[in-house]
Amino acid sequence: MSEFLIDGSEGGRFEMVVGLEVHVELATATKLFSGSPNRFGDEPNTNIDPVTLGLPGALPVLNRQAVEFAMRIGLALNCTVQACTFHRKNYFYPDMPKAYQISQYDVPLNVDGWLDLPDGTRIGVERAHLEEDTGKSTHMGGSGGRIHGSESSLIDFNRAGVPLVEIVGRPDIRTPEQARQYVTELRAILVAIGASDAKMEEGSMRVDANVSVRLPGGELGTRCEIKNLNSVRSLGRAVEYEARRQVALIEAGERIRQETRHWDETDGRTHTLRSKEDADDYRYFLEPDLVPLAPDQAWIDAVRAALPALPAERRASVAGMTGVAADSEAVMVLVDRGQDHYLCQVADAGGDPARALIHIKEAFADQGEQPLVEAGHLATLTQMELRGDLTATQAKQVLAEMVSGAGDPVAIAAAKGFEAMDSSALEALVDQTIADLPDVWAKFCAGEGKAAGALVGAVMKASKGQADGKAVTALLHSRKG
Amino acid sequence: MPERIDVHVVAKVSRLARLDLTPSEIEVTTEQLAKMLDHFADIDAVDLDAVVPMTQPYPLINVLREDVEQPCLDRDEVLAVAPDVEDHRFRVPPIIGLED
Amino acid sequence: MSTADSSSFAMSSATQIAAQIRSGQMTASAVLENHLAAITARESEIHAFNLVTIDQARAQAAAVDAMVAAGQDPGPLAGVPVAIKDNMCTRGVPTTCSSRMLEGWRPPYDATVVTKLAAAGAVMIGKTNLDEFAMGSSTENSAFGPTRNPRDTSRVPGGSSGGSAAAVAAGFAPISLGSDTGGSIRQPAALCGVVGVKPTYGMVSRLGLVAFASSLDQIGPFANDVADAALVMDVIAGHDPGDSTSIPMEHPSLTAAIAQGVEGLRIGRITDLPGGADPEVEARLEEAFAALAAAGAQIVDVQVPALTYGLTAYYLIAPAEASSNLARYDGVRYGMRVPASDTNSMYMATRHEGFGPEVKRRIMLGTYALSAGYFDAYYGKALKVRRLIADDFDRAYQQVDVMLTPTAPSVAFALGAKTDDPLAMYLCDTYTIPSNLAGHPAMSVPFGTGADDLPVGVQIMAATLNEPVMFRVAAALEAAAGSNGNGRGGQ
Ligand SMILES: [Mg+2]
Ligand SMILES: [Zn+2]
Repeated sequence: MSEFLIDGSEGGRFEMVVGLEVHVELATATKLFSGSPNRFGDEPNTNIDPVTLGLPGALPVLNRQAVEFAMRIGLALNCTVQACTFHRKNYFYPDMPKAYQISQYDVPLNVDGWLDLPDGTRIGVERAHLEEDTGKSTHMGGSGGRIHGSESSLIDFNRAGVPLVEIVGRPDIRTPEQARQYVTELRAILVAIGASDAKMEEGSMRVDANVSVRLPGGELGTRCEIKNLNSVRSLGRAVEYEARRQVALIEAGERIRQETRHWDETDGRTHTLRSKEDADDYRYFLEPDLVPLAPDQAWIDAVRAALPALPAERRASVAGMTGVAADSEAVMVLVDRGQDHYLCQVADAGGDPARALIHIKEAFADQGEQPLVEAGHLATLTQMELRGDLTATQAKQVLAEMVSGAGDPVAIAAAKGFEAMDSSALEALVDQTIADLPDVWAKFCAGEGKAAGALVGAVMKASKGQADGKAVTALLHSRKG
Repeated sequence: MPERIDVHVVAKVSRLARLDLTPSEIEVTTEQLAKMLDHFADIDAVDLDAVVPMTQPYPLINVLREDVEQPCLDRDEVLAVAPDVEDHRFRVPPIIGLED
Repeated sequence: MSTADSSSFAMSSATQIAAQIRSGQMTASAVLENHLAAITARESEIHAFNLVTIDQARAQAAAVDAMVAAGQDPGPLAGVPVAIKDNMCTRGVPTTCSSRMLEGWRPPYDATVVTKLAAAGAVMIGKTNLDEFAMGSSTENSAFGPTRNPRDTSRVPGGSSGGSAAAVAAGFAPISLGSDTGGSIRQPAALCGVVGVKPTYGMVSRLGLVAFASSLDQIGPFANDVADAALVMDVIAGHDPGDSTSIPMEHPSLTAAIAQGVEGLRIGRITDLPGGADPEVEARLEEAFAALAAAGAQIVDVQVPALTYGLTAYYLIAPAEASSNLARYDGVRYGMRVPASDTNSMYMATRHEGFGPEVKRRIMLGTYALSAGYFDAYYGKALKVRRLIADDFDRAYQQVDVMLTPTAPSVAFALGAKTDDPLAMYLCDTYTIPSNLAGHPAMSVPFGTGADDLPVGVQIMAATLNEPVMFRVAAALEAAAGSNGNGRGGQ
């Protein structure tokens, strides 16, 4: 685990304590409590019904699929799924149609889970509960779409009532990198289980960060909540900025006020949004228009049984297959793209998994979960490389042809005239190059790194790309003695 | 029982409820609420420690609907009775002062 | 057509009207015109309606007549005019809750009960006046002026469904719908001398009923007699998947149940009932027990000690839920708006202007009862008292089938008599509140008269879903009231 401590004066070194609250919109067809569509990007106020608008007399009825997605999230995050209730959270805001949000309060659906980061750190998950989204306000006039200085706001209720799961993480995060990893990993899980498309840029995944600082092992400090984090990068920058701001305040002998802050990407700072000194009074009470939700064991078991393999498990299996570390970029990227199943197909067809992994990662970025290149063809390519039939450069060229639809690598290689050089021919080329470039050779022998590159490059050029770079390097070293 | 309700509490409650009561309304309301709450103090005599709160008269659980799209309301019909509309959206004056 | 003609015609029962229209002996249009004539004759004096839906009613009646002419059956309420309390949504027809806040609002959908009545052939004749958002016991808290009691227009009709009670009592419609959160059907039924029913919570869909207190509200009928009330119940009761608190079951026909008599039934007399009823009201209750005993029922003394705390529990729970239910009236999406320079000021001004004093009082009380620091002392405690009341009822219902109480402590009082004293007004609901807290059915049946020859109602309370037995007792009381010259039958 990476250390991240902020230096204070007199040798004090502060650690940051971060807990993340993540809201995700569920991938249902309809709203949490009514039948109008849950669809992003439609004409304003077209996805509306009496419940969505909070019309007099409207009554909520809970969406079974939303419950099931929420249960999937809970189970994927190792939570206990339990019988639960819905509460009203009362507050006035123009995009909140009933002036209360139906949410879960003291007894949520999912409690006490965890999420393991790729680096092995375990972050606790306190709860993951169901609630409804608000409508969307657009601030008109003034500058830059801000509330302050606006002349009016326009409200679109299409998003109102969209099902959300709020995942409340425990304050177990200690570094900006862990915060980024947590959100990245959570997103990967949500996509894998089909519960949400979890797009931060479209707002279907929204992250708030609670940040405080303390001397390691000391008492928890006063925390501030940062809103409006709409990318993983912003999240990392914001928590770091905020932790440093708090350390600076403490060093200056000032008190940290509990408040909600806003991250401004343009100036790279957090700003006060509102003070939390006067605690909100949401007057929570049990929603009388809904009855308790009590999933029985059979339902929970069925949802658990239908869960697909999670990213961590899939990365471990790719790592096992390829010998490449589970938290390496290649493995992470492959699983993130969902191409691990394809890798298995290549391996089943007799391909070399490690080489296939690199090819897929490098060349299949926009190919989706099931690339168009036949698994058998990619398998053949890796075999040709393994046998030394193709150099790395040649393999790349053949792969490029395969991606553009040319098919069988054996035929491509033959058409291109790629034949492996025999070793005596290669040795002759290497010796010729040493003779041609005595100065460079001398530098190489003196251990200058750049010289190696120049010599290998010259050999490659002389071979018209047919030489294997690794073999050339080995020969150069053996000549050096 | 909490302390007897006073004008400060009533003023705070009126802000929570978004009711713009005048000072004299606050005074009258304080008197009326205080009288009611005195009457309602009868339940203080009841031993309620072991009693489970009752929130719903009829015990139902797991009332769920299928995730199937239903027809939406007609936007024009809805916006026609709205107090202020612009660009097919509900218009409100600047959103400030909502923090408390 | 003369007023006398129309009123006598109008007083015929819904059961008879529907039968005659279905058999082609009468037309729905003629029935409607007679009731419209009755309205023309006395509505200016009574003010039962916020809106008489003349054109729509004529179209509905014509459609019913066309069905009959085509040999089709329009349904069990064929051509029966029905008045709807103006807190139930009617598509395209203003629904005000007697509040300035919703003046001019036209709902884009129908309440489930409205749909069901129309499907049964009923003809909606108008939207009736009520205490604003159903908060009151006299229908004086209407933004559009009070309704007067047809039996004595210097008196209140009770409330909050006073318009619906008065409409039936005045012969404007043979049946009407009200909503009952703490007695708002039964108390005006008693004061106007008609039958009023609050069903088991969850028996009638609340979808489209503008919420006052969601865990207490139920829709129910007013009628001139028990058979008509049963007929309406059979139409409006039933599971609605659009109301999560709707009980998913088929309900037995109450029309079929009422003929079964009361022989062998155990009728509870609550010996520790909170006092305060007028002596004449107490006397009518005793006569009711005697009449049921004479009809073969057994009178059993029972105790329901927690009833004494009902008023407190109710006046904390109902306002708490109401404070949340009425928060949506914010001037953003529908209804009234008082313009202001920012949204928060707009909320404050709109809600101050839009709501009347009683509504504001209850919002204040409910907001207070739910707010930080007071929740446990008030709302939390009230929910526990609610449980005690339900538990005490459950114990009593092991000994008896139904219990009788007065419906209201007194006969109809004069307009203005209680408007300055909210607590005195709340005490009107002492006997009706407990059934709402427990979610049990209860109904009021006219039984003789009290002071100034004004009607007295007897309340029959029953356990959850025991409407069939409750209606049997109601029919027996009705018969007894008729035969001893006390009830409506003796008029
Ligand atoms: Mg939160
Ligand atoms: Zn939330």
